[in-house]
Amino acid sequence: MSTLPADNVVKKLKAKDFATDQDVRWCPGCGDYSILKQVQSVLAELELNKDDTVFISGIGCSSRFPYYMETYGMHSIHGRAPAVVAGLKLANPELDVWMITGDGDGFSIGGNHMIHALRRNLDINMLLFNNEIYGLTKGQYSPTSEVGKKTKSSPLGSLDHPINPLALAMGADATFVARSMDRDPKHLKEMLKRSYFHKGTALLEIYQNCNIFNDGAFFTFTEKKSKPDTTIYLEHEQPLVFGDGTKGIRLDGFKPQIVDLNEGKYTVDDLWVHDEHDQIKGQMLTRFFDDPRTNPDALPRPFGVIYSTERPTYDDMLFAQLGEAVDQLGDGDLDAMIAGGTTWEIK
Amino acid sequence: MSTTTQTTEEVTIKFAGDSGDGMQLTGTLFTNDTALTGSDLATFPDFPAEIRAPQGTLAGVSGFQLHFGSKKIFTPGDEVDVLVAMNAAALKANLSSIKRAGTIIASTDGFDKKNLRLAKYEDGATPTEDAKDQGFTVYEMPITKLTRTCLKESPLGMKEKDRCKNMFVLGFLYWRYNRDLQSTIDYLNRKFKKKPDVLEANMKTLKAGYHYGETTETFTTTYNVEPAPMDKGTYRSVMGNQALVMGLVTASKKSKLPLFYGSYPITPASDILHGLASYKNFGIKTFQAEDEIAAVCATVGAAYGGNLAITGTSGPGVALKGEGIGLGLMLELPMVIVNVQRGGPSTGLPTKTEQSDLLQAFYGRNGDSPLPIIATKSPSDCFDAAIEACRMTLQHMTPVILLSDGYIANGAEPWKFPKAADIPEIKVNFEPPTDDEEAQFLPYKRDEKHVRGWAIPGTKGLAHRVGGLEKEANTGNVSYDPANHEYMTKIRQAKVDEIANHIPEQAIDNGPVRGNVLVLGWGSTYGVIQSVVDDLLMEGHSIAHAHLRYLNPFPRNLGKLLRSFDKVILPEINNGQLAKIIRDKYQIPLLQYNKIQGVPISKAELKHFVGSVCETY
Ligand SMILES: Cc1ncc(C[n+]2csc(CCOP(=O)(O)OP(=O)(O)O)c2C)c(N)n1
Ligand code: SF4
Ligand SMILES: [Mg+2]
Repeated sequence: MSTLPADNVVKKLKAKDFATDQDVRWCPGCGDYSILKQVQSVLAELELNKDDTVFISGIGCSSRFPYYMETYGMHSIHGRAPAVVAGLKLANPELDVWMITGDGDGFSIGGNHMIHALRRNLDINMLLFNNEIYGLTKGQYSPTSEVGKKTKSSPLGSLDHPINPLALAMGADATFVARSMDRDPKHLKEMLKRSYFHKGTALLEIYQNCNIFNDGAFFTFTEKKSKPDTTIYLEHEQPLVFGDGTKGIRLDGFKPQIVDLNEGKYTVDDLWVHDEHDQIKGQMLTRFFDDPRTNPDALPRPFGVIYSTERPTYDDMLFAQLGEAVDQLGDGDLDAMIAGGTTWEIK
Repeated sequence: MSTTTQTTEEVTIKFAGDSGDGMQLTGTLFTNDTALTGSDLATFPDFPAEIRAPQGTLAGVSGFQLHFGSKKIFTPGDEVDVLVAMNAAALKANLSSIKRAGTIIASTDGFDKKNLRLAKYEDGATPTEDAKDQGFTVYEMPITKLTRTCLKESPLGMKEKDRCKNMFVLGFLYWRYNRDLQSTIDYLNRKFKKKPDVLEANMKTLKAGYHYGETTETFTTTYNVEPAPMDKGTYRSVMGNQALVMGLVTASKKSKLPLFYGSYPITPASDILHGLASYKNFGIKTFQAEDEIAAVCATVGAAYGGNLAITGTSGPGVALKGEGIGLGLMLELPMVIVNVQRGGPSTGLPTKTEQSDLLQAFYGRNGDSPLPIIATKSPSDCFDAAIEACRMTLQHMTPVILLSDGYIANGAEPWKFPKAADIPEIKVNFEPPTDDEEAQFLPYKRDEKHVRGWAIPGTKGLAHRVGGLEKEANTGNVSYDPANHEYMTKIRQAKVDEIANHIPEQAIDNGPVRGNVLVLGWGSTYGVIQSVVDDLLMEGHSIAHAHLRYLNPFPRNLGKLLRSFDKVILPEINNGQLAKIIRDKYQIPLLQYNKIQGVPISKAELKHFVGSVCETY
């Protein structure tokens, strides 16, 4: 083994070492800035190596992300990042691969790839920048926009029922499903780290404010005033408490129910205790999806790791198969392959 | 009565029956045995689009045609000497392609009332009798009955017994052509090692067929075909897709790059996916994607990651891959797109052959997006063409399109295969790692061939960003600068054009280097053009044949070569696609011969056309 000379010790990178020399071109005030900043600082905190890290995106405002990361990166085509990522990871499974997508990129044009990527479970991290709008094309409704949304392409209101990305992910048997928001840097960083450490495909949905075309879409969840009553921060093996400790979720049979902890009828001990590894309950949590602005009885929107499980990754299995084939058949021999079964001689 | 043996120069046999009758297998086994005798040969399978079209109907007829002989064989033959018809529909579908006074071997059980009705014969029709009246020799054999009788003692069920019928036919043909049964016995032993009952039943029926020929007095002649004058060497029989697969695997070994194949099943390209999936011990990674878009994009990802990245499909799949191919082009990554063409447009004729995706290969992407295109010309040539496509993509850092077609993919021919050691290595230059933190890496810096470096993730010191947005020259940064876009468009074109300086000049395949008539071809018309030009040369005409491997860019001397002939004839299995491009590029008049019927051009029709042009001199 060779030892590194002292001055060659890998120097610790700082968040700013992960920034490129390119001007960041998002609109001032866009939620993407916060996400970029948290990702850069998480990469530094995790002491990741920029040469082994790759960011792959589709198309959209959010998908400009790789240009701003001083790592390897590819801004691919609209919706297809999951496929590009699959090929890259299978070419070189040693790489840390991060995929960046938007609500339109990942769940409209790329919806099919998304489903298959989630069930395939390559060891990658997916960050979904959900702003409930098509930002780059200047403000049409997206598959996550609410019914009735008025945009340039829906002047009388959108007719499309919105997609619930995390419920869809659970339906596709995703192995890691989490949600965070641009306006809670601390939580976002924690979720980025959790995604990174998950072995398998981690889908992290990040509520992101598009202050130009859909300003305030998530304010009810992100702003101090409403946040306590509209959100619930999940923690593994902790009861589902929200409303600054005044409210909780209890399971009445299979029905989640909001209970008042101050009333005296129920205590914390009566509440649903979060189990990250429970797929059925994870499924239910992704269904906490009513809009508190239109439905006063809406269950609070969950943030945190909704579900995580270990399942063999596609990349590991593929390389295991290659190894088994060699064990069984020996290293491929070109001459034997070319000659095949039956040959004859012309003299 | 004694049997006499007659020596004959060439024979064309067609095996035709229901898709469930095992005609493809019967044909393949007979072909393999024929190859062992040293005949030259060419085959053409012709199957229905549906896996199990209704039994007994015309739509369900599956055929396998074999042409073999003691001379050079270029095509699977226009007309057949012998038709094996397992049912009435098989006869009806093929009657017009039997030579005058040809032979029909009819399985009588396939000509009962029900089968006649399914084949849409009128009530009371007697097609075998009518065929006799038309001068065909018809041998009627109760094959089902004979098979069942010979398997009386077998423990197999009736259905399984009936499945041995094709062995009876095969055995009979082995007798008729003076063969022994060994190659098929070996095959059966391998195939049914674990099913002794099935093995025994097949063996028994095979032998029964042979003995039937020997002992039945109706058959008085057997035929002998001498070996063909072939180059010395070791041969095997090979199908197009099979050779293509082996070419790709070989390129992977020769470039020392792991091969990644991203694909979505589609006829007639699926066998490439199947074939590569069986070579996992060569480190071949096959990825059956959720659709063609994912297949090509995964291939782009694998190319970016440093693998030998290939995606394969047919025309409809290429249509879906367009944007992804454009991405590969913009990223200037090496990857091969294989298109095994079939009849189009849209779903078209999935199981039929056509050369109609050439313009798609040239122009089927948004933007000014030139790509090199090469074509394979025959089953065994797929091996070389695949290696050539890989070599080109790795050396010129551009996606390369490789065109094959259904006829080549499923056809077979003898192949004097090479030794691995004689195949040259393919050089790959990855950008080397660097410790220099300050030096700016320029991902779009080019060499004298306009080729950029291949800097793969994981390489120390080369972290950089690429993408589908227009690149600034050298830095690869996003650029909307007008002059830069024009420059980059031109340099992408120049990079492809430059390839002309690195490929062989166009050669004349057959005939003089100047003269009256040149037949120019590309792809699967190779065999039929060879055979027509061969004949016309023998008849004393001033004619030559040139066949294009490189369609974009063309070999440097092509214009000069075309102008060395008074007339250029261009046969294509499409509505004149290469003709458009040649006219556009060289502004020379062309005589087109286009057949768009989902089948190869026959020798007779082409000879008639080309011959009449020759006659005008
Ligand atoms: C094939 C194709 N179709 C359409 C577009 C136009 N387009 C670019 S981004 C986009 C929507 C992006 O929305 P989203 O993914 O939500 O990203 P955001 O801009 O909101 O971050 C569309 C429709 C495109 N680039 N490519
Ligand atoms: S349009 Fe919206 S999402 Fe796009 S950069 Fe501007 S604020 Fe951000
Ligand atoms: Mg969006």
